[in-house]
Amino acid sequence: MSLFAFLGTLEIGLIYGLVALGVFLTFRILDFPDLTVDGSFPMGGAVAATAIIAGINPWFATILAIMSGSMCGLVTAFLAVRCGILHLLASILTMIAAFSINIRIMGRPNVSLLGEPTIFTPFEQSGFDQFHVHLAVVFLLVVFSALFIIRLLTSDFGLGLRATGVNDRMVSAQGGDIGFFTYFGLALSNGFVGFAGALFAQSNSFADVTSGVGTIVVGLASVILGQTLMSSSRIWVAVLAVIVGSILYRLAVAFALSSGMFGMQASDLNLVTAALVAVALIAPKMKGKLRFKSVKG
Amino acid sequence: MKGLYGLKGITLFCAMALVVISTANTFAQTYKVAVSQIVEHPALDATRQGLLDGLKAKGFEEGKNLEFIYQTAQGNPAIAVQIAKQFVGESPDVLVGIATPTAQALVASTRTIPVIFTAVTDPLGAKLVKNLDKPEGNVTGLSDLAPVAQHVDLMQELVPDLKAIGVVYNPGEANAVSAIELLKSAAKKKNLKVIEATALKSSDVQGAARIIASKVQVIYAPVDNTIASAIDALVGVCNQAKIPVVGGSTSFVESGAVASLGFDYYQVGIQTADYVEAVLKGKAISEIPVSFAKGSDLFLNLEAAESLGITIPESMLQRATNLNK
Repeated sequence: MSLFAFLGTLEIGLIYGLVALGVFLTFRILDFPDLTVDGSFPMGGAVAATAIIAGINPWFATILAIMSGSMCGLVTAFLAVRCGILHLLASILTMIAAFSINIRIMGRPNVSLLGEPTIFTPFEQSGFDQFHVHLAVVFLLVVFSALFIIRLLTSDFGLGLRATGVNDRMVSAQGGDIGFFTYFGLALSNGFVGFAGALFAQSNSFADVTSGVGTIVVGLASVILGQTLMSSSRIWVAVLAVIVGSILYRLAVAFALSSGMFGMQASDLNLVTAALVAVALIAPKMKGKLRFKSVKG
Repeated sequence: MKGLYGLKGITLFCAMALVVISTANTFAQTYKVAVSQIVEHPALDATRQGLLDGLKAKGFEEGKNLEFIYQTAQGNPAIAVQIAKQFVGESPDVLVGIATPTAQALVASTRTIPVIFTAVTDPLGAKLVKNLDKPEGNVTGLSDLAPVAQHVDLMQELVPDLKAIGVVYNPGEANAVSAIELLKSAAKKKNLKVIEATALKSSDVQGAARIIASKVQVIYAPVDNTIASAIDALVGVCNQAKIPVVGGSTSFVESGAVASLGFDYYQVGIQTADYVEAVLKGKAISEIPVSFAKGSDLFLNLEAAESLGITIPESMLQRATNLNK
């Protein structure tokens, strides 16, 4: 893999790290299986791209994108908490509705940002290489997001959020409002996913309505991959782990893309990616077992 | 410690020099073409095959003097971006993006390596280029917009006393809207009137066609998903009104349109090979204008023409590549 491809992989891994953070919040912290992300990711891109084309400041456009993602989360929470629809189905409904809404927002299935100002533009003019600048800005934004989540989850409020996922009856008994925590958690989670969508669109110069396909799969794979390799009950380790998981997932895709030399054809990409992720999950266990055996022997 | 850093620097320098020398020396006449395709489906696969065959016909043969790298994003734009980064890192001679998102991902990843797009309907809307005739930067390519101007010629040939062309389309489809704009400008040049009727759903097509059928001498069916799914209804109305339908896509001829002129996607690939060849031979991108895929397949439906009482000119019959009797 070339350095250019490696840095590109790192950048996409970091952007999808925000998706992984969102999925971590719903699946791990709130224990709410939320598929809304397949809709909120492209919505973030759609809103950011449309706003930028309309002449709105890219940073403000990104904030609008975060808000649109949060709106998706709130709709899912409303359907689940208020209307009593099973959480999985509630999120599926939001996800499929978002597809149509995204086309409405953009007016067509694909909006291009080539040649338009983005949040990266001011830094690109500083004279550094364009692609290094993208990586640096994305890295800083992801670090800030991670610090924010760590700070939030370690606060008293975050304790309530975490308790909602572990034992909601206890939270109610203590006078906590489970419904509120669910609304808040889903809005926060999908806000991060919308943020990722906005960064993806601006870094790669296009927002496409199909870019949401399989977001949840990648997010879940990143969370599980990261937490298997770096398991700890500490919040900051868990947050770091899901971002590392996302980067590892993208590295697996990048290696699968270079697998042509092993006689693989282009359409084998998903198979090779799945195999690499499986190996990454199994390998540490194998190592542990071997060590165990040798100790016994 | 300082010495150690110096040593590291020298090693790094040697390694870099080695890379530079080795890339400069590797077979000067082997060309590297990297193709990124958004998803595998028959039309896009045919485009890629056409490109490969077209290059072979021009003397660029895979395994001999051509390294043809191909990846598909399996429908996922995020993977299309990763493929773009991977390809740019391998610094090929030409990058080819099949369909809009893959082309955009390639263009966003490099400003130096030439990018050829193909099977992109609206390169201006996708912001791949700003100027079709003189592409600035490193991007040019081929659009697969239907050859509407040629369709107008065809209609005039078929109906000699043509005065007004009717067209039914869905204003919600970007492809159809851009085709209608081309139709209007082509018709204007020939002093022909265009009478439009819009249909938002396939069930509206019949009614829309009825409204305009009595005012025109021919109805044009553009490449539009709504029209394509209701082409039978459109042909039915025109048969009653005794006017021919000319299709924007050759597939409409089978459903009863009298004639159509177009390309299949294998030909789009072959025409893309011209672009790749031009770049490989060192032509500047600004001298390679963006063009629209040219269609040379003339499809005629003799049965439909006969039932409408239309005599197809002999010259047209001779050019036809496909006769539906």
